[in-house]
Amino acid sequence: MDYFHFDDAQAVEPQRPWTRRRFSKPKRWSEAAITCAMWVGFAVVMLPWISIIATVVVRGSKAFYIDYLTTDMLVNSSDDPLNAGGVGHAIVGSLIMVTLAALIAVPLGIITAVYIVEIKGRFAKAVRFFTQAMSGVPSIVAGLFIYSMVVIGITHKYNAIAGSMALSILMLPTVTRTAEEVLKVVPRELRDASYALGASQFRTTVSVVLPNVRSGLVTAAVLGVARVAGETAPLLLTSQYFVKFSTDLFKNPMASLPTYIFGNLGVGSDNAVSRAWGGSLVLIVLIVLLSTLARLIGGRTRRSR
Amino acid sequence: MSQPTTGLATRGLHAWFDKHHALADVSIHFPENTVTGLIGPSGCGKSTFLRLLNRMHEFIPKSAMAGEVLFNGEDIYGADVDPTEIRKRIGMVFQKPNPFPSMTIGENVVAGLKLAKVKTSNKDDLIEECLTRAGLWKEVGSRLKAPASSLSGGQQQRLCIARALALKPEVLLMDEPCSALDPGSTLRVEETIEQLSENMTIVIVTHNMQQAARVSDYCAFFLSGGGPGRLIEADETSKIFSSPQDSRTADYVQGRFG
Ligand SMILES: Nc1ncnc2c1ncn2[C@@H]1O[C@H](COP(=O)(O)OP(=O)(O)OP(=O)(O)O)[C@@H](O)[C@H]1O
Ligand SMILES: [Mg+2]
Repeated sequence: MDYFHFDDAQAVEPQRPWTRRRFSKPKRWSEAAITCAMWVGFAVVMLPWISIIATVVVRGSKAFYIDYLTTDMLVNSSDDPLNAGGVGHAIVGSLIMVTLAALIAVPLGIITAVYIVEIKGRFAKAVRFFTQAMSGVPSIVAGLFIYSMVVIGITHKYNAIAGSMALSILMLPTVTRTAEEVLKVVPRELRDASYALGASQFRTTVSVVLPNVRSGLVTAAVLGVARVAGETAPLLLTSQYFVKFSTDLFKNPMASLPTYIFGNLGVGSDNAVSRAWGGSLVLIVLIVLLSTLARLIGGRTRRSR
Repeated sequence: MSQPTTGLATRGLHAWFDKHHALADVSIHFPENTVTGLIGPSGCGKSTFLRLLNRMHEFIPKSAMAGEVLFNGEDIYGADVDPTEIRKRIGMVFQKPNPFPSMTIGENVVAGLKLAKVKTSNKDDLIEECLTRAGLWKEVGSRLKAPASSLSGGQQQRLCIARALALKPEVLLMDEPCSALDPGSTLRVEETIEQLSENMTIVIVTHNMQQAARVSDYCAFFLSGGGPGRLIEADETSKIFSSPQDSRTADYVQGRFG
């Protein structure tokens, strides 16, 4: 029966097992139209994305062979057939430089956000404005700055340290602004609880506020890494490109995925272009892997919410 | 007026939020090991007053105060006083339960030790003692490692009381601690207050007249009436409820306004 009347309450036998009812909204014409429009919009937005990914996968997979990920280009040229020489040196280089950049920019960005939101220091407004301005700096300008200050000024060589510094300049505003937003939503009650127990501001920040937003800070770091992992221009001016596996941070240039892609595209032959697509595929997979890993680390030790 | 050298007392206390004068000229004495209920209509400055008593008011940007708060005869706003030290000795329980969500139940109880850098010989004993005094040990003693957010609202509030007790404060300030609680939890918190008052000075804000009558030895009635909040009268609870000096107090406790 459809409706329940109080009159025949006695007459209704309790049903066992229960029939579980799912709730569905009554369908209306306008709602259906909105839903439909939403799906169309979603498809329009997704289409370019899917086609980019599909193109990269299809064309990039041509460059893959058994040793593609583990060899460098020391004894091969870009035009060589696609069964020799690989992208390993660029993967290692990108990992090293992005990691170093994150080691500089993530702590600095979090400290800056803490200064702006928690300490509300005298220069908080100025720092905030400066950070915002920094996020508008074109990446090639960041590269040029490090090129003139570090490569020309100090090391007199293209090297990985200069590359990492250029990347960290670009990473810093992203990390700071994300961390700032994350800290802003920490409720005042939580800080009050800590202060009322006799905690200093430093203790409150370190032991209460930051642990409470750990996953948000991981997101800030991931966004920062994603922001710079594909940057090409600043690296061309600082770490340049190198054909060989290298872990030396000071003495010689270092390969990276963006400069590997750029270099191979410049050569222009069919095989070289395939290598560029291969590098693109590796870069995309790497970014996805890194974000997933960071999410797992950030989520694992979190106990609530 | 001679200066009280025990318990907590205020002299000519004022509070401002930026330009807004929220509280004016409050002088009152909370004798040692008694319970005082603060009553009055919404917005009359009870919470503001309470937060002045352990120097929490100054966390609000652009706030200001004037007057003295004498704790065992010493002004806690004195130039050489460390506010964190004061907050350790004058604990506080808030209206909304606010356990640390990223910590377990056990960690929450002893969080104050870590935050205020206090040493203890045996954490487990302290956790049990505080939870017992807060009337929560029977319910959570077996799951100290569970997250604090897994507790009910009433349990969370008693956890916050236990957390405040772990620092062994001499004074406990409570801002409407039962307003979010069910009658059962309220009763247990009131029993806790009763036991604690044997060796602790308690100041409790409440909107519940029955509760004020049940738990407090003294009552203080605040009223703002358009301007800043003022202390209208303070006396033994029985007197406030049976024969108040001020007609406005009588009106309020009999539920005629506010
Ligand atoms: N953070 C703040 N900023 C500005 N004004 C405030 C702030 N907190 C309180 N006030 C003002 O101070 C006055 C006293 O507020 P308070 O919170 O102390 O009242 P209360 O007696 O605790 O009220 P309630 O019973 O509703 O909790 C009010 O006029 C309020 O608007
Ligand atoms: Mg209040």
